[in-house]
Amino acid sequence: MDKVLFGDNQFFAVNHASDEKARAQSIRFKEDKAIMKVLDDAIDLGINTFMCTTHDRIANICDILRANPEKYKNFNIYPCMPYAHKYANAVTELGIIGTIKQYVPGNLFGTFAKGGMAFVNKDFIKLIELLIDAEMKMFKGINTPVIFIQNVIVDMILGLKMHGVLKAYDEYIRKKYNAEPGYITMNMPALLDVLNSLGIDNPIICSSINKIGFRMSGGIELYEKYLQERQFRPIAMQVLAAGALRPKEAIEYLGKFSNIESVLFGASSKGHIQETKDLIESTI
Amino acid sequence: MIKGAIIGLGKMGLSHAAIVGAHPKVDMVAVCDTSSLVLDAFKKFTQVHTYSDYQEMIKKENPDFVVIATPTRFHYAMVKYALENGKHVYCEKPFSLHAYEGEELVHLAQSKELINQVGYHNHFIGTFRELKRLLQTGILGEIVHFTGEAYGPVVIKEKGGTWRSKPEEGGGCLYDYASHVLNLIQETIGRPTEASGSQLKHIYSKGVEDAVYCSLKLENGVSGQLAVNWSDETHRKMTTSLSIIGKNGKIICDATEIKIYLKEPVKKEGLEQGWTTKYITDFAIPVNYYLRGEEYSAQIDNFIDCIVNNKQSVYNTFEQGLYTDKVVEMIIADAKK
Repeated sequence: MDKVLFGDNQFFAVNHASDEKARAQSIRFKEDKAIMKVLDDAIDLGINTFMCTTHDRIANICDILRANPEKYKNFNIYPCMPYAHKYANAVTELGIIGTIKQYVPGNLFGTFAKGGMAFVNKDFIKLIELLIDAEMKMFKGINTPVIFIQNVIVDMILGLKMHGVLKAYDEYIRKKYNAEPGYITMNMPALLDVLNSLGIDNPIICSSINKIGFRMSGGIELYEKYLQERQFRPIAMQVLAAGALRPKEAIEYLGKFSNIESVLFGASSKGHIQETKDLIESTI
Repeated sequence: MIKGAIIGLGKMGLSHAAIVGAHPKVDMVAVCDTSSLVLDAFKKFTQVHTYSDYQEMIKKENPDFVVIATPTRFHYAMVKYALENGKHVYCEKPFSLHAYEGEELVHLAQSKELINQVGYHNHFIGTFRELKRLLQTGILGEIVHFTGEAYGPVVIKEKGGTWRSKPEEGGGCLYDYASHVLNLIQETIGRPTEASGSQLKHIYSKGVEDAVYCSLKLENGVSGQLAVNWSDETHRKMTTSLSIIGKNGKIICDATEIKIYLKEPVKKEGLEQGWTTKYITDFAIPVNYYLRGEEYSAQIDNFIDCIVNNKQSVYNTFEQGLYTDKVVEMIIADAKK
């Protein structure tokens, strides 16, 4: 993995510190070409990996990448699935079964519905695979060497102790997509313990890592212990703690942990991207 | 270890099940739902016992507490049964569909001295807690007006078919969305005693309202306005905010930040004249397990701490939930005038 992974929160009005800033971002990135301009800036600066959620608008970005194969031949996308709000809003409106009906493509669920629930009952793994395929459809023909499952799903599975789902995900991503599975979580120590217990060694785990302990559930001491003592491939996100930390002090903190492989960050201006990239590459 | 069980495995029920399941002091022994799909997922992937009959579950498993996250119309019977069987109860919001039923449940919980809590999670968001604290110190001087708002993209096209589109079952923007803001106003600024100019507007839904607008008068004499719309796709997710204007300034607060404007500085709070912005990073309540927001874990942690320490919660008691139901009824009655 590259040391610098470029994120997408800024494009989709996700701002953990300010709804007002989020709205301003949503206005700025109304057009896909505004997103593409920032990605091109990042590429100019030598960033080759875009880590993004499976938001509907990413499908448009993928179209642009496919239309310019030469220009983007070294560009990687790390998809993060699913775009949870799409499903959460659908569950409120349609219920769980209604949501599955809406998002699982075509015939197979039709077969489930006709054949009654008995068929479904036996085949959750197949259902998971179908949902993964539905999310991955937009990335056809694009390099996706690492494929992530979003924190809301990882952490829910963790709490429900449905660990078999993680195992199924891990195996399917390796087998079908020939890619490395990655996990985003707000509960890194607990997740690493579970993955190891499932025989998933040296996993890629993307979690909040910042010196004020923001969104580091289980506590900053435990995080630091795991970062220093355990075998895994950490990606640091929320390193600025939603803007509470200045980039320099934030990245310096990451320098304490030699096994952090990559840092995920998002920015909109070329100057800001350059500054953060330089800081990361000189520290990690 | 105390034993917990979940009734209702929709979005909130699954979220509560995960949080309860991850809690170090709790053994989540059983879950109950009518969907065989969801129950079979538990059977396949977990050791938790599954039931489709909540009474059977409570009898057989004998949990210390239950979390009830079913559609609102089932709350009364389920909460009553759980309380009668001596279980502590955490119930999703809104609490009851009819205030007289809620009244009975409040008395039952009190007479049996059982811990009771309702799921108004905003009270576990650090910024709203800070807002309440600041208001109690009186930094704004005499309060002139408030605005309580919530917007989100729940129903953004014309269709629907779940209980949330049926008013008699507790569907609609008033019960589902506006209740959050009403409860926040009630516990942060003061209890509403009068609603006027209430409008329940249909935008895309047929059976229920998608937006609620009204004026509210509070027991302390303060008045203000409510504006809630769940068909607003300019918001990525539910966004709730309170603005309070006083003679010495104004506070605008949402789940991510709190913006304070003061005409005169308030030294004991370290607040200068003019604008000060504080962020959730300074106020987030630390949790051991995170899912979707600290507040969802923090509210369950609070409930479990209350059970373990045998003391009633100061946040979100049934009585507070019931009061919000009464305000909802006030608004419905006013809209019909």
